[in-house]
Amino acid sequence: MARLTLTGNHCVAHAVKLARVKVVSAYPITPQTTIVEKISELVDSGSTNMKIIRVESEHSALAAVYGAATAGLRAFTATSSHGLLYMHEMVWWVAQARIPAVMAIVTRTIGPPWNIWTDHHDVMGQRDIGWIITMAESNQEVLDETIKLFKITEDPEVFLPGIIGLDAFILSHTVEPVEVPDQEIVDSFLPERRQPYVIKSGEALVMGNVPSDLLVNFRMREGVHRGLRNAEKVIERVDLEWGKLTGRHYGGLVECYRCEDADYLFAGAGAWVGDMRIAVDKLRDIGLRFGVLKIRYIRPFPYSRVFEAVRGRKGVLVFDRSISAGSAGPIFLDLTTHLYSSGLRIPVKNVVTGLAGFDIGYEDFVKIGKSFVNEVSESGWITSFLDFYP
Amino acid sequence: MPLTIRDLAKEKYVLPGHAACPGCPETIGLRYVGMALGRKAILVIPAGCTSIIQGLMPGSGLAFPIINVAFASADAVASGVAAAKEVLGEDSVVTVWAGDGATADIGFATLSGAAERNENIIHICVDNEAYMNTGIQRSSLTPIGAWTTTTWKGKTEPKKNMPLIMASHGVPYVATASIAYPMDFIEKLKKAASIRGFKYIHLHAPCPVGWRFDPSETVEMARLAIETGIWVLMEVEGGRTTISPPSRPYADKSRRKPVIEYLKRQGRFRELSDELVRELEREIDEYWKLLLKLSS
Amino acid sequence: MKRDELILPLSRPKVGVQGTTGSWRIRKPVINYSKCIGCGICWLYCPDSTIDIEDTGSRFRVSIDYTYCKGCGICWTVCPVKAIDMVKEV
Repeated sequence: MARLTLTGNHCVAHAVKLARVKVVSAYPITPQTTIVEKISELVDSGSTNMKIIRVESEHSALAAVYGAATAGLRAFTATSSHGLLYMHEMVWWVAQARIPAVMAIVTRTIGPPWNIWTDHHDVMGQRDIGWIITMAESNQEVLDETIKLFKITEDPEVFLPGIIGLDAFILSHTVEPVEVPDQEIVDSFLPERRQPYVIKSGEALVMGNVPSDLLVNFRMREGVHRGLRNAEKVIERVDLEWGKLTGRHYGGLVECYRCEDADYLFAGAGAWVGDMRIAVDKLRDIGLRFGVLKIRYIRPFPYSRVFEAVRGRKGVLVFDRSISAGSAGPIFLDLTTHLYSSGLRIPVKNVVTGLAGFDIGYEDFVKIGKSFVNEVSESGWITSFLDFYP
Repeated sequence: MPLTIRDLAKEKYVLPGHAACPGCPETIGLRYVGMALGRKAILVIPAGCTSIIQGLMPGSGLAFPIINVAFASADAVASGVAAAKEVLGEDSVVTVWAGDGATADIGFATLSGAAERNENIIHICVDNEAYMNTGIQRSSLTPIGAWTTTTWKGKTEPKKNMPLIMASHGVPYVATASIAYPMDFIEKLKKAASIRGFKYIHLHAPCPVGWRFDPSETVEMARLAIETGIWVLMEVEGGRTTISPPSRPYADKSRRKPVIEYLKRQGRFRELSDELVRELEREIDEYWKLLLKLSS
Repeated sequence: MKRDELILPLSRPKVGVQGTTGSWRIRKPVINYSKCIGCGICWLYCPDSTIDIEDTGSRFRVSIDYTYCKGCGICWTVCPVKAIDMVKEV
């Protein structure tokens, strides 16, 4: 094990190397670039045996990854914002073909106007497709979860691709001390590449021609959903396995901070969960018992774990760094859907904030938390389910 | 020794009862791909007629390993497959089988990128000169004057010269072919398979449905294109341009049939004015002059 | 097909994937073996792989698989000795 100070992007590069990825294909976009630059450096220095396909667009980047993965190898790409939007068609193709692959998304807002700062519109736009989506809070988590994703996506119960999301600049370009596991540890953790089929010469296997039976096609779509639901237990299992090897357990699908006796919960995903932790400590100092429910996996959405975490609370504040325009924040939508259908009636409020990279810190969470407690105490419920802050 | 029918593999890669229209040039071409590349071929097929020709899952009328892919992605997918096969040490010929749309229009940036990177793949453009699968809409490879369902009075722009555009990428091998000259096409495919790097073969494929002629005339129409000189069989290898044997006689303008003999047999050119016919004759002549200069 | 089994978008080669030609064919090619020189050109150009070829040494013996022949008539137009006739289907 080595203790290094690394940016989130360099953590991704180290994880890709440690996972013995054989093919990487990418197209540059800020703030993803340093991932591929670092990988190129590792390849050029001879410290890893990997092919890099330096394509002419993001659509082609994921297409090349898809080709390499379909042909039998572990493959990886990384992108951001407009790049992700441009490859959107291929994001579908990979998932529906049931080909495991891993992609890092350095979350960045979408133009116009041109803007490189973080929000989660890019990654949230991929949530209906069939990719596993995890969001990291720290650089250590970026490294660990990227390695784990290879194991999760290649599990026969899953056989679906996966996304590691990390906030632009807050994680991607900020250094933190990180424990980088030895190659032998990762080798003992990651099995040989597994996938549902391989296209190879000499075997006339055809992927993707027109279906005769639309019910079979229907079941394929349903199967993608089921694969993601199966991923829940795989994610939990892999988290324990990794914890045993490295001492770092994250709680699997969700992580709770000071939840045990909490009256109120913050719920959210991504780097700002760190600010929520500080805010919870400050709120507790003034007698307001808050906790943080960190949604580590956006897909599969951890319904049961979320239900268990919020049951019995006086209220939940869900923070979304993106908005399904005309509706509400995507995490809020997922969370409330399940609570309603389970008959749980507690005040849940959505605060959409941090859009377009607008910076908010722990003081803001403290302020929002206080005002939420007032709102719930005075009205006995919430006066509006969706607020934009500020 | 030129190839003879006796030399050709008899194994069927295009199976009877596939979903192509009667007289389809694409299945003729795919048979030759099978004869030339055999079991080493892996086909990457973007959206187009061949997406449908394969017939319905869980069966396939084509007996190749095939990855069907999104319209604009084929050469990038093939790049990934070729990279993986090299790592795995698998002896395969990764081949993109794409129509004129997936080659010259929506897929052009992807194709150009793969060519510039000199990926070890073959791109075959099976050119039926319009978007046939969606119902005969114009493409950038539709010739000037041709009726399509989006050019009711005839297309007003000339056909884009893809072979020369690809040759300008400086790739190791560019060739043109025709479904009427199978031995020429098969030999070019075999040569392409033996060359490392990016190979582009542009296959002229007259479509009875879209060009409005009887399905029995597919091969005749392709042959007339050569005999009138409107389509020229050639190779650009290592920067050297060579006119292929079937087209060589037509370097001599006097031996070419008048282009009207080709045009008048196709319903899509019914409204063509005398002026446009003369324009086309002029263009053919100019193109031949250029090719002869390049090949001298 | 169980709901929880992994269903993949895969196919395998199949003769007659789109069914047999059936009754829509309006004309069919008939080989006149007294004229046929066994050159194999019709086999070479058939878009449907419905002309079968057998090497008899000096020449080829060709035959037509009418189950899948779509009656396009390409064999009829490419035959160098006009040994194929197109016959109307009743």
